[in-house]
Amino acid sequence: MRSFTSFVIKEFHHIFRDRKTLIVLFGIPVVQILIFGYVITNNFKDIGIAVMDQSNDIHSKGIQSKVFSSGYFIYKGAIRSEKEIESKFQRGDIRAVLVFPSKFTSDIEGSGSSEIQIITDASDPNLANTVVNYLSGIVRQYQVQKLGNGLQKSMMVVETRMLFNESLKGAYMFVPGTMALILLLICALLTSISVAREKELGTMEVLLVSPLRPAQIILGKVMPYVGLGFINAIVILLMGTLVFQLPISGSLILLMAELLLYIVLSLSLGIFISTMAPNQQVAMFISLFALMLPAVLLSGFIYPIENMPLVLQWLSYIIPPRWFIIIVKDIMLKGNGLEYIWDETLILTGMTVIFIIASIRKFKIRLEG
Amino acid sequence: MQTNNTAIIEVENLVKRFGTFTANDNLTFKVYAGEIFGFLGANGAGKTTTIRILSGLSKPTEGIVKVVGFDAMKQSESIKKNIGYMSQRFSLYDDLTVIENIRLFGGIYGLSNKEIRNRSDELVKDLGIENLRKRLVGDIPLGWKQKLAFSIAIIHRPKLIFLDEPTGGVDPLTRRQFWELIYRVAKQGTTVFVTTHYMDEAEYCDRICVLADGQIKALGEPSNLKHEYQVTSIDELFYRIVKGEDRV
Repeated sequence: MRSFTSFVIKEFHHIFRDRKTLIVLFGIPVVQILIFGYVITNNFKDIGIAVMDQSNDIHSKGIQSKVFSSGYFIYKGAIRSEKEIESKFQRGDIRAVLVFPSKFTSDIEGSGSSEIQIITDASDPNLANTVVNYLSGIVRQYQVQKLGNGLQKSMMVVETRMLFNESLKGAYMFVPGTMALILLLICALLTSISVAREKELGTMEVLLVSPLRPAQIILGKVMPYVGLGFINAIVILLMGTLVFQLPISGSLILLMAELLLYIVLSLSLGIFISTMAPNQQVAMFISLFALMLPAVLLSGFIYPIENMPLVLQWLSYIIPPRWFIIIVKDIMLKGNGLEYIWDETLILTGMTVIFIIASIRKFKIRLEG
Repeated sequence: MQTNNTAIIEVENLVKRFGTFTANDNLTFKVYAGEIFGFLGANGAGKTTTIRILSGLSKPTEGIVKVVGFDAMKQSESIKKNIGYMSQRFSLYDDLTVIENIRLFGGIYGLSNKEIRNRSDELVKDLGIENLRKRLVGDIPLGWKQKLAFSIAIIHRPKLIFLDEPTGGVDPLTRRQFWELIYRVAKQGTTVFVTTHYMDEAEYCDRICVLADGQIKALGEPSNLKHEYQVTSIDELFYRIVKGEDRV
């Protein structure tokens, strides 16, 4: 036990001596959240929209007035026939067309359902997705106001991801994503570099010859980063709730438990990487290119997964942040309990077990060699 | 300097194979308490493999290996507690201070706080580096770093210390001073098992063992071996053995 304590103290020394890394570590999430929260959200305004209203009745007009008074969209004229749509898009002054079918109001009040079509310019899939989300949010609000909750399902069912983000805040999307990335960065990248450094300097040899057991060495490496990761996650959460009024609708304990699971997963990934990497450069290279890049691109954090080619969608299944982001959104925004996210949780747990087993096997082989 | 005939390392018919490659081919030797035992061999001769087995990092494929009274096959954890180890690569942490490094390894080897305090005072005084106590190891000169690494490697007073090419990349003067340190601990009863590429250093050893192709080619006191092979230096001896020439 004494050997282990000495070892952990040493790890903390390493971390606190390296001021630059610490500053970057705690600076990145703050800056990232602020940038995403303010800059990107504020950019979303005055989006040009054309309307093809085939019914011209109370509800179609009501929805339009709500859309164009939201501040996000600007009316760019009416469209009479479908042929006009394409040429209008090609001119580039609109991002979406809102299509109301004929007899819109009477259908809703009569049979209880009707459909609004949103056609977007998907050359910018990200923006297109945001437009769809915002528009459907507005339509839903309108529906609730005018027709009451009871009819909610009957009118139209759109993409549901922004459904619970009723005040339409962009920062909501970015807090879980930033958390997923930063934790992966701290836990996987830093742990793998820290282990690789010992190998590179030859100190790993000395530790292995010492009475410290391999499990103690790994545990000692990992423990400080669990702490750091947790603190960082809490900073991000606090920023989200205090600066951007992000709700935590679900159970805080469940959120913390999932956080811990994700941290342990990232750490086991870091350890796994370090069993493959002979030095710090390789560890960093693997972490950044095999881990961070896919995490940024394929997790749904920046580019919506639904808009990806099928192959990339499959690939996204093996990206841990993808599942973590879903979990965090579910708990924070929807207030869902474990019964809704047990499958994602199970996937993360499974990944953790796989990486830990793989690391132990690799580590043993290296020792035997 | 061979003080008595208690064997501290006993190796009998040690074989280590990696797949079809035989790294250690039937080694048999003993190292006696208190002696300085030089382990020589070209790169790839199997030195590192042997050291790894002796220090409990790796298990023999066949044969009996006993180190400080424990079986390397089953009791590697007990071996680890009783040996010291230092490699060419210094084994100290550059971003820790001198005193923090001492505390770390003292702690790892289970010394009490009081023992650590006493021994670190003694250690810095011995090396004459009281003024460097709070300096980061990365900032102190190479020669000092190496002596410090050695002193820390024996902080827990092991019966046996492994030095794996301890003097790689330092100037002749420092090497000389380093060997004085080695002599001192040997005199105090610690057995020293050292590998080196410098053949002049081999002359300082009580006994040497020359390894080639995973086999022991020569074993004995340097003066006897020189006589046996009719050579004037270990350097020449080593060259002949590695070239595969037989004794005259």
